[in-house]
Amino acid sequence: MVKVCFYFQAHQPYRIREYSIFDIGKNSAYFHEQKNREILKKVANKCYLPMNAVLSELLRKHPEFKVSFSFSGVLLEQLEKEAPEALKSFQDLVKTGRVEILGETYYHSLSFLYSKDEFVRQVRLHAEKVKKIFGVNPKVFRNTELIYNNELAKWVEDLGYSAILAEGADHVLQWRSPNFVYKPQGAQKMRLLLKNYKLSDDIAFRFSNRGWEQWPLTAEKFAQWVGAFNGSGEVINLFMDYETFGEHQWPDTGIFDFMRRLPREILKHPDNSFVTPAEAAKLQPVAELDIPYLVSWADIERDVSAWTGNEMQRAALAKIYEIEKAVQESGDAQLLEDWRKLQTSDHFYYMCTKWFADGDVHKYFNPYESPYDGYLAYMNILNDVRLRLEAKHG
Amino acid sequence: MRVLMFGWEFPPMSSGGLGTACYGLTKGLSSLGVQVAFVMPHGPEDAYAQYVHLIPASKALRTVRLSSGLRPYLSVSRPFYRTRGQARLAVLYGDDLFHEVQRLAELARGIAQEEQFDVIHCHDWMTFPAGMAAKEASGKPLIVHVHATEFDRTGGNNVNQAVYDIERQGMHAADLVIAVSQFTKDKLVAHYGVSPDKIAVVHNAIDPEFIDYGEKKGKMVLFLGRITLQKGPDYFLEAARRCLEVDPDIRFVIAGSGDMEGRLIERAAALGIGDKVLFPGFVTGPDLDRLYQMADLYVMPSVSEPFGITPLEALKNKTPVIVSRTSGVSEVLRHCLKVDFWDTEKLASKILSVLRYREAHHLLKEHGYQEVQGFSWQNPAKKCVEVYKRACHG
Repeated sequence: MVKVCFYFQAHQPYRIREYSIFDIGKNSAYFHEQKNREILKKVANKCYLPMNAVLSELLRKHPEFKVSFSFSGVLLEQLEKEAPEALKSFQDLVKTGRVEILGETYYHSLSFLYSKDEFVRQVRLHAEKVKKIFGVNPKVFRNTELIYNNELAKWVEDLGYSAILAEGADHVLQWRSPNFVYKPQGAQKMRLLLKNYKLSDDIAFRFSNRGWEQWPLTAEKFAQWVGAFNGSGEVINLFMDYETFGEHQWPDTGIFDFMRRLPREILKHPDNSFVTPAEAAKLQPVAELDIPYLVSWADIERDVSAWTGNEMQRAALAKIYEIEKAVQESGDAQLLEDWRKLQTSDHFYYMCTKWFADGDVHKYFNPYESPYDGYLAYMNILNDVRLRLEAKHG
Repeated sequence: MRVLMFGWEFPPMSSGGLGTACYGLTKGLSSLGVQVAFVMPHGPEDAYAQYVHLIPASKALRTVRLSSGLRPYLSVSRPFYRTRGQARLAVLYGDDLFHEVQRLAELARGIAQEEQFDVIHCHDWMTFPAGMAAKEASGKPLIVHVHATEFDRTGGNNVNQAVYDIERQGMHAADLVIAVSQFTKDKLVAHYGVSPDKIAVVHNAIDPEFIDYGEKKGKMVLFLGRITLQKGPDYFLEAARRCLEVDPDIRFVIAGSGDMEGRLIERAAALGIGDKVLFPGFVTGPDLDRLYQMADLYVMPSVSEPFGITPLEALKNKTPVIVSRTSGVSEVLRHCLKVDFWDTEKLASKILSVLRYREAHHLLKEHGYQEVQGFSWQNPAKKCVEVYKRACHG
């Protein structure tokens, strides 16, 4: 029996504009409204709307088909404002009862690493937003960029979630298989679902790669790979960015047709089925998994170096969380909101210099010419935030 | 492979990118075993013994001196600006200049009949007639190497027709053309009607050897180059004015000489920042590296820079750089900040930001230093050999 568990991540940040040193103290509009609007509309048209149509058709055709989503709070806000028709199509999907929504931090932040208080507040804010928009309560949690460790599992369990997602990285699993349900170390009822990164990345990254020996990837072939786990796996977790469909993989790669055919091919095998993460979490865990250090789904390293790897990133993160107390105590709602929008992980991702010289995935949707420009603008903004704080606190 | 090359005196006898490029390229070619007979116009002062030491011990390179008043960067429209360090140069311009260029061509004809070589390679317009004469006399293929065009030197205003005609004639007479950047190649296609298939892009390089002079970095921002319209020193001064409004402790150094020097000194005085903008004049030899090492930041605000070696030299000396987007070097250098030369407000903001946020300064310096280690003259020399082969064998 192999159960296929799809989870799609949908998120777009509020990118900051090229905020100049001369803006400090004069202008507190930090975000690039026009660019954010343009990107959101582009993604809605190229990915959200067409892929939602594909999913809607699949849900209609195959009563066994199920998927799950996680939406950042900042994306939901932007959808409400800039692409209500796309939001409506997401709501329609959820209404089928076979589309689960996961919990995350509202601001798609790294708050778990820097402030547990802020982390808890953002998780609650997010749950409220999901309830308001979709009328459901998230039961399963996924942290920003699948950043995970034992401690996080414990915190999330205390917040009432039944399961948590993580990357099935080799260095975590070693000889173990990602295709079973695990129990995080130290947790009670909590379950851990691990991404099958090979099969997930076959779709998300390799699908259109003509240099790949498996190209072209057909639904038949992929279903065969999934089916091959019968007897040696219980749940195949296919976790990926929703922008894979139509944005990272363009329509002319055949990605939509592939997805249109995939459920039927998978269901041809009578032992195969689909589950949502909450359903998968009901499976019996095979073992307890001890992950004391941080893992994520980013880059080859599968750690947090994509956001905290260089001194600019560490300085920016230290500065933003250093003012937490002052911001909370300021009683200024706008300031609080700006501060939170500045916590979105993308800002730090854009400052990454690891792969900069080669150019790569870090450039995707990156508004800056270089990681340095991203950092300088960010630090200028923090200086303005400080001035606003000083004005409040006298 | 034997090359008859018409070029320019090596540093320190000749300042600027052209002499430096000739020196580096011949050195690189020699190391690849290419035999170069290097013909250069040479002034009355007897400095031959000095520069012959600079040439690596190699039988592959022979130099041929021709007594001539020609120097790179002579201007047709105005007397050559006599400045400190160059006082011994003869004034040569207007009809005299064209006469001298023609005289070089006559001498080249004789050399071409005596020397044994497979290809002719010449550098910028003053040597093009010599190259054409050598081709006529020998029937060997001609390669013209474009380091700058009349459009770069004049900023597109008051292009000298006679210079343009010689440039165009040389490019069309040549079997193949080498441009120092894509930026320059595009200009040759657009303004000179050269077929893109005929132009190879060969980016310049540096000698990445670092000699630590133990200079202490101060809060100093450096401009270094000819003080001419092409190099944008006036934009640098404007940015300096803007920076000093925010931080009066910064010092700005405009090193070099050129026809705008007097005007800029007066302008700085009139702005009341005469004590903060310093003009050390023409700098050469080890003092050049010293100056780079003293600077906290190097800025190349060129209006039109076909390549731009100075940012690479600055990074080699562990000084981070800001470069103009209208430059060849910005095509190949990643670890730097880039600006539009005319946007002095943004330039000033970047200068202030890099000086203030030391994490960015440090990473720009470290990564930039690493990056320029890859810019050795071996690479362009190899590409030139490819061009020679193509010219010889079609």
